[in-house]
Amino acid sequence: MTAAATTLQHAAPPVSGPRALIQRLRHGDEIAHLLTLTFAAAILLLTSMLVWELWVNSHLSRAKFGWNFFWTQTWDPIFDTFGAAPFIYGTLITSIVALSLAVPLGLASAIFLSELAPRKISDTVSFLIDLLAAVPSVIYGLLGIFIVVPLMRTWLGPALIATLGKLPVIGKLFAGPNYGVGFFTAGIVLAIMVVPFIISVSREVLLTVPREQREAALALGATRWEATWQVVVPWARSGIMGSVFLALARALGETMAVTMVIGNDPKISASLLHPGYTIAAVIANEFTEATGDLYLSALIELGLVLFLMTFILNGLARVLIVATERGGGRPA
Amino acid sequence: MKKSLLVVSILFALALTVAARPGTILLNAAGATFPYPIYSKWFDVYHQKNPDVQINYQSIGSGGGIRQLQAGTVDFGASDGPMSDEQLKDSKFKILHFPTVLGAVIPIYNIPGVSGELNFTQKALAGIYLGTITKWNDPEIANANSGVKLPGSDIVVVHRADGSGTTYIFTDFLSSASEAWKGKVGKGTSPQWPVGLGGKGNEGVAGLVKQTDGSIGYVELIYAVQNNISYGKVQNASGKFVKADLAGVTAAAAAKAKEIPDDFRVSIVNAPGAAAYPISSFTWLLVPAQISDGAKRDAIKGFLKWMLTDGQGYNEGLSYAKLPKPVVDKELKAISQIQ
Repeated sequence: MTAAATTLQHAAPPVSGPRALIQRLRHGDEIAHLLTLTFAAAILLLTSMLVWELWVNSHLSRAKFGWNFFWTQTWDPIFDTFGAAPFIYGTLITSIVALSLAVPLGLASAIFLSELAPRKISDTVSFLIDLLAAVPSVIYGLLGIFIVVPLMRTWLGPALIATLGKLPVIGKLFAGPNYGVGFFTAGIVLAIMVVPFIISVSREVLLTVPREQREAALALGATRWEATWQVVVPWARSGIMGSVFLALARALGETMAVTMVIGNDPKISASLLHPGYTIAAVIANEFTEATGDLYLSALIELGLVLFLMTFILNGLARVLIVATERGGGRPA
Repeated sequence: MKKSLLVVSILFALALTVAARPGTILLNAAGATFPYPIYSKWFDVYHQKNPDVQINYQSIGSGGGIRQLQAGTVDFGASDGPMSDEQLKDSKFKILHFPTVLGAVIPIYNIPGVSGELNFTQKALAGIYLGTITKWNDPEIANANSGVKLPGSDIVVVHRADGSGTTYIFTDFLSSASEAWKGKVGKGTSPQWPVGLGGKGNEGVAGLVKQTDGSIGYVELIYAVQNNISYGKVQNASGKFVKADLAGVTAAAAAKAKEIPDDFRVSIVNAPGAAAYPISSFTWLLVPAQISDGAKRDAIKGFLKWMLTDGQGYNEGLSYAKLPKPVVDKELKAISQIQ
């Protein structure tokens, strides 16, 4: 491809001046280059403008609270004391719960769909899963309020308290009282929301693993499961990780569905059954009625914190992917 | 093909005439969500009666309304809470408050086995929301409800999670009812709640209360009326237990009418009088005192006048309480302050 392009360019007689430019443009390559470059630059510009806006408009809050903003646990708009700690905690905890439920479920489904299910079933189910990924989040919120919350209050919550709640250390995570709304419920709803992303992307990646890899493993005497788990999945590892981080990004920033089921109480509590709050939820809830300048500035700083969290977690994801690739799996 | 082209060009021409009809005064306003249903009704009816005035209202919340007005992006604003002295001082121009309708906040609850209307003393509501009263059979609640068998279960407190005028009215009332509340929590659109779960919107609070045994919450009177939710009586300043209705809310405003300052920034919670419902409030339009565009100034003054007279007739159909006559008279006089 590159070779062909070079010969083509060399074949044209060298002309100088504006005619040369027109001739070069006529080939299309230059235009495509310029066009794509502009669009790529626009994305970069958009991101930096976003950060700039958040930075400038959070000035009042940054000046007043400094680094204390990150570990202050009070959020009191009436007395103008603002701290992000309960919201950072809530955002992290709900995302962790969501991923620990969604990753095993999503990965197992993806493996079944790509390796074991007949092609027809696999395609139909995948189509349905893609549909799930497009459902608006308020619908998941309603699902949470009407199904997950009552289930949690009457059955799952008491069951968790009676079983896991009795264990020595983990017990703290499942202590009562159980209202039905809280970190765990938000985590479940988020897990339902992100699982389609994990399945859909992981399945695509698993399907791209060359047939020869499977055949070679089977020829060496591996069982079907061994071939899948020891050859196919490691080969697709970075793609699967990618799907997990896509899911994480959605879980961190989800607003509507979370605020409907988390209980909206800015407190840090060890128990997953207690109500909490997330960054995205508090911004959505309080932005419209934020009258004071410092209040508004603190909400904008929360936005900056969320951006920072996403940035750091994405960075960690990159490092993790690079590290695991070096450790084996797919050859470069 | 030709036909559709003709239709399109006719539509286009129509659109042009509508958009560019000379003499139409377009007013932009933004603010509170609580009075949005009545405002949109008013603006619509007023436009039908005065086709040359069109008012465009965005219900972006009281905070947004105040900010947009201060920034000069809207012609007038709307807020569920009066602007603070500090906010007025920060504004580049003088802003006038005009009460438009009245709202009320009512307690709702869900206690298994209790179906009647409960009486709540002011101390009981403050104690429940402060977290000092934690059981339904607490003497503060039980003594006001002799004959009702209250369970000894925990009270689950529910409040609004989103910043809202409803919360402002409720916390204004709690501040007036309890010194402890005033010192520890205060009044505002989203205070730091000592206890409880947060639901988003009236529907979120009502939903949580409906689903959770032993819970208590608060919603706007209109929301409860429109959704047939039963609610409790609240003790007023003269010691009577009053069930909220539109007349009781108007009575509360009438009782305070004499004390209303010239700028109309007044709280009417805990108004005196046996009929007054204690958790009531005005909601305000915020209008600049100086409007340089003469046509706009006349349009706003014309609308305010209509709103205070004929406009009030639409209130009760939408479950908003009417302004009492003394307040209307005072406001009609205040319109001349707009110059």
